[in-house]
Amino acid sequence: MRELEFDELEALAIGAGVLGTGGGNHPHLELMCAQADYERGRRISLIDPQELADDARIAVVCIMGAPLVTKERLPEPDSICRAVRLMEAHCGRPFDAIMSIEIGGENAFFAMLVGMELGLPVVDADTMGRAFPEAQMASFAIRGLSVAPFAIADIRENAMIIAEAENATRVERIGRKTVVELGSIAGTCAAPRSGREVKDHAILNSVSRAIRIGRAVIAAKEAGANPVDAVLAAEKGALLFTGKVQDVNRRTTDGFVRGKATLQGRGDFENRGMEIDFQNEFSVAKLDGRIVACVPDLITVLDEENAEAIGTEVLRYGQRVSVVALPADPIMTSSEGLAVVGPRAFGFDFDYRPFTEQPA
Amino acid sequence: MKRIGIDVGGTNTDAVLLDGDRILRSIKTATTSDVTSGIRTAMDHILDGGSSPDAREIRAIMIGTTHFTNAVIERRGLSKVAVIRIGLPAAHSILPMQAWPADLRREVEGPVFMVRGGHEFDGREIVAFDRAHMRQVASEIGASGVTAVAITAVFSPLTAKCEEEAAAIMAEVAPDVSITLSSQLGRIGLIERENATIINSALHSLAGETIAAFKEAIGESGVKAPLYLTQNDGTVMQAAQAARFPVLCFASGPTNSMRGARMLSGLDEAIVLDVGGTTTDAGVLVSGFPREANSKVDIGGVSTFFRMPDVLAIALGGGTIVDETTESIGPASVGYRISEKARVKGGDTLTLTDMAVHAGRMDFGTRSHVDDLPEALVKHVETWIRDRLADLVDRMKTSAADLPVIVVGGGAALVPDALSGVSQVIKVEHAGVANAVGAAMAQVSGECDQIFYDLDRQQALDTARNIAEKRAVEAGADFSTLDVLDIEDVPMAYIPGNPLRVRLRVVGNLSA
Repeated sequence: MRELEFDELEALAIGAGVLGTGGGNHPHLELMCAQADYERGRRISLIDPQELADDARIAVVCIMGAPLVTKERLPEPDSICRAVRLMEAHCGRPFDAIMSIEIGGENAFFAMLVGMELGLPVVDADTMGRAFPEAQMASFAIRGLSVAPFAIADIRENAMIIAEAENATRVERIGRKTVVELGSIAGTCAAPRSGREVKDHAILNSVSRAIRIGRAVIAAKEAGANPVDAVLAAEKGALLFTGKVQDVNRRTTDGFVRGKATLQGRGDFENRGMEIDFQNEFSVAKLDGRIVACVPDLITVLDEENAEAIGTEVLRYGQRVSVVALPADPIMTSSEGLAVVGPRAFGFDFDYRPFTEQPA
Repeated sequence: MKRIGIDVGGTNTDAVLLDGDRILRSIKTATTSDVTSGIRTAMDHILDGGSSPDAREIRAIMIGTTHFTNAVIERRGLSKVAVIRIGLPAAHSILPMQAWPADLRREVEGPVFMVRGGHEFDGREIVAFDRAHMRQVASEIGASGVTAVAITAVFSPLTAKCEEEAAAIMAEVAPDVSITLSSQLGRIGLIERENATIINSALHSLAGETIAAFKEAIGESGVKAPLYLTQNDGTVMQAAQAARFPVLCFASGPTNSMRGARMLSGLDEAIVLDVGGTTTDAGVLVSGFPREANSKVDIGGVSTFFRMPDVLAIALGGGTIVDETTESIGPASVGYRISEKARVKGGDTLTLTDMAVHAGRMDFGTRSHVDDLPEALVKHVETWIRDRLADLVDRMKTSAADLPVIVVGGGAALVPDALSGVSQVIKVEHAGVANAVGAAMAQVSGECDQIFYDLDRQQALDTARNIAEKRAVEAGADFSTLDVLDIEDVPMAYIPGNPLRVRLRVVGNLSA
């Protein structure tokens, strides 16, 4: 277990944006909350999963809802704290640590803010290794662990438990409807996990991975080097494209933003074109019509200058970007994983092939 | 239609008189500390001491000024602001002004109040607005002696009810306090909108005085035309509006210089180099408008939502100091003291202006003062300028293709006639007053930023366009010339009713 320094949180914010694969933005606001906590003398304790006792009890938390709402209502870690307390009361036992459901985007930080508020360590792990749109796309669900009981709370006096559910998809759907009623943002706490379950079924050391990515970007910027190259070097990633956003076509169906971004090449990619499909997150990248990367591998769009991640909701004409692919966790690329987060699960009619094995 | 464009910069006040696209007269004069006398001098020259018949034919006067931006950057002339945020029990995890630079915060921060209320994205109340508390807050502000208040409520760009009720209570309890509502400045994103609202409030007294001074100076010239101020998007607003919303004048300088470069060159796609006394600013014209910066913009260290032109500056200007012994160049500059410091003016400092005079590219001061410069130094400086500018142009380009470069600003003559990666270096007449030309040519805009439910995309865009057009006409635009400048439509995730947030901006000419 170790205390995180504030500059590691700045790195985490950058890394969480990169791992957000378009679904999570750079967590600017959450970083501001963390900064205020640090100024008040609070600290985050990060605990390695291997240090957890097998019978330790871990709260798996996230903010559920529309990112736009957070821009107005500001981050609400207090609603997650209420969900955690409710889950403790429901189970009759306290928690020993906090863990985020996803490392990609804003949720990476909510576990940190909740850990500071409740005085609990935060586990260096998550259940996605990136961002995904739905609760059943988590490693625990993929490995057959129940998501219920599932607690939901808001910043007023509303809190509830889904005591039982037939599967993770049902929890997602009931949760989604509830969250809309609460103003499209709420805090959640999923079924308690044991230390053993975390060690066996979580995506391990993903917080450290995000910090490592962020540090590579910061170091490259300070040295006047290319920060995008630094991300690739740090993470065994591949540069898929460099270019300018030409068009973004979006529509919402069932609460999801689906669409396609068209990019025009520059530099080494002059006269070439890329299309990226997205469903909240980027799902498939095609270079001159040929698939070069797909889910669950991470496809991320970075600002060409400062390597800041650009989310699907803020992507717009004229932005100069680099598109990179980073490898997915083996749990996600296993056959049980691909059934839930592979291309077919997102409605495409082809099978997963790692970006590293795509024909050149 | 005849009009006057005036650019009130930190150093110079420039003015031009235009008839349609034709420049009839121009002047560059020093900015005075009282602002007024610089404008008076400029108007006097432009109108030929008042004897010109043009005075009666002038239909509009446009002023672009960095006065308000500089006030924030230099932390002067700012009022203390009482801050009210309406959104509890939400919207409290980041406090107002939390991320502001400490010195600016000290200057501006008055009492801060958090009040229960605000709305959800769909128009429902978060909780009932706490009017009783608001009344108490209003009397505390009234008693505190603070002269300005900034009011921000959650989701006010979509439902402004709480802010309007709060303003009514404020006005009733403390009628002398100047009020800015965040919904008047638009855009979703509470922190950035609140920041802009607070800065606007902090500028209220400076803006009132400055714009009254502008009006006075113009009134004395005998011109009866309405006064407009230019905004960061290259369009204008009426003076009364600018006095209430000075924050909208931010960053109009670079925009005016690029719009001026476009008018003077007739080119819609080009890179613009604005060479001043200390720096050269590079920007890009796309379809005749400045390309906007990708990222959020900080003003004096405070993040705001304003979209600003994408400008890159390097330390290369007319006053940039050349060290004869070490051959090092800049970044120090003699700045506006060029007329006393430069060798060609009998001063003791060798500057890039001296080098340009030596090379015969610039006519300024006495050339014989720089006759004896060593040839090696001349070559070295030439290469340095060429390399720096070529690199700057390259960094602004989005493709490898050569682009034309338009050179404007007082130091335009420093730029060589050819640069690598550039198809043509265009030096235009009146390059020194491009800012004032851009101000004079500024158009009028109207914007709509709204969420539409269960409409198809085309219906939503049409509705947004109607709203934006109505606002542009209210702001003085000629309806028949209105055109869509910018559309952004973003569907929102995880919200029912297929919401589509549309931001649409139209621009057109000022109606005659």
